[in-house]
Amino acid sequence: MYPQNFYYTRDHEWVRVEGDVAIVGITDYAQKQLGDIVYIELPALGTHLEVHQSIGSIESVKAVSDVFSPVSGEVIEVNEELNNSPEVINQDPYDKGWIIKIRMKNKEDLNQLMTASEYEKYVESLEV
Amino acid sequence: MKRTRFYEAHRRAGAKFIEFFGWEMPLEYSGIVSEHLAVRERAGLFDVSHMGEIIISGPDALAFIQYLTPNDVSRLSPGQAQYNALTTPQGTFIDDLLVYCLDFNKYLLVVNAANTQKDYNWILDHKGSFDVIIDNASDRTSQLALQGPKAFEILQPLTDISLDELRPFWWQRGKVAGLDCLVSRTGYTGEDGFEIYTEAPDPVIIWDAIMEEGKPYGLLPAGLGARDNLRLEAKMMLYGNDIDETTTVLEADLKWIVKFNKGDFIGREALLKQQEEGLQRKIVGFELIDKGIARRHYPVYYRGKKVSEVTSGSYSPFLKKSIGLAYLPIEATEINTELEIGIREKKAKAKVVATPFYRRSK
Repeated sequence: MYPQNFYYTRDHEWVRVEGDVAIVGITDYAQKQLGDIVYIELPALGTHLEVHQSIGSIESVKAVSDVFSPVSGEVIEVNEELNNSPEVINQDPYDKGWIIKIRMKNKEDLNQLMTASEYEKYVESLEV
Repeated sequence: MKRTRFYEAHRRAGAKFIEFFGWEMPLEYSGIVSEHLAVRERAGLFDVSHMGEIIISGPDALAFIQYLTPNDVSRLSPGQAQYNALTTPQGTFIDDLLVYCLDFNKYLLVVNAANTQKDYNWILDHKGSFDVIIDNASDRTSQLALQGPKAFEILQPLTDISLDELRPFWWQRGKVAGLDCLVSRTGYTGEDGFEIYTEAPDPVIIWDAIMEEGKPYGLLPAGLGARDNLRLEAKMMLYGNDIDETTTVLEADLKWIVKFNKGDFIGREALLKQQEEGLQRKIVGFELIDKGIARRHYPVYYRGKKVSEVTSGSYSPFLKKSIGLAYLPIEATEINTELEIGIREKKAKAKVVATPFYRRSK
């Protein structure tokens, strides 16, 4: 349910690392909480982000939610497909529903994030 | 929290619940958008048992309800229903409701869940010397709404009522899935459909029978999330959002339920005065031109100045647009008037549009 080699945040973002690039999305738990996603606001390329800075917002039919950057660095790519088909996040949150790619400034930011098993326990604690 | 008699059926169907004015109600099952589209294209089944039912009977029942409400209840024959309101002396809303004429001296008022107790108290407080009996039947009454273009085909095999003889805003008594019911051709979605009332102690059999019968038609159980968006597309008012004790019936663009000629009623004088002086503001529909979703309480700007707030706003799954309602100064209510909606730190362009946003083809 939670990809093993990913990192996770308490705000329900995930990070997949490829070299010095962090690919960021939201977790299956997050998309289920939001329900049908209809808009996503993405940052401009080249934006410099600090840890926990807002990278945009996701609007579902029933709610709006901020997405926060799990790491510091520069936005090098955004998932343009989400402009036309934001529902991809509902359908495939860990792969086609990725949101942005960040060239990390400081890979040690990753040490502050949760592993899959830690995140799984965290989600269980929320569902009690 | 209160639960309806269908609670276990909702759990079985995988509902996500929300608290709605003290009731634990289904928000969604398969998802708001899929349920919404099911109602527009096929059919959806809603549990709306949280709604209140108040029965007023006695020799003065008609005169009393005429006094409490702006619409003309004397036009109803047994078998008919009517959209109406309970008004304050200021012409604002205690509630909006449906009045069913059960008999010439017996009427059923179907009121909003959030207002049931308030309405009941209001009605009691105004009883005065009217010779009536006021019965709050809410707790013993369950209500389902079967809505959508396939509602007729799904319900007909389950009932002895001849549904093709049941015109919009008429009702009949009969059996549904073997239980005694009152069925009306009414709803809160802008689609054809039926509302089914029963006092049977275990009405789940009706829910199950409809779900089973509806399977080949693609019927889905639908929650309050879809219901809210469906009614917004049809520009039906939601009490507490679009209308309340601060908004008059005329400002809510419901002049058609105000019958000044029928005789005195609470709020008549204020409404007549407002009509003569002309409205200062009125509710209108808008759609966003820019991206985003205008939600309730977001500020509305006209010519750069904040003039009001969004009363209801959402993404319209059927129109694939962001739509909403707001009270605007009368000079800003023309179709195509440009507005801005404050969506967090941004201002998004919007324009006044004709309503309802959605009208079904007959």
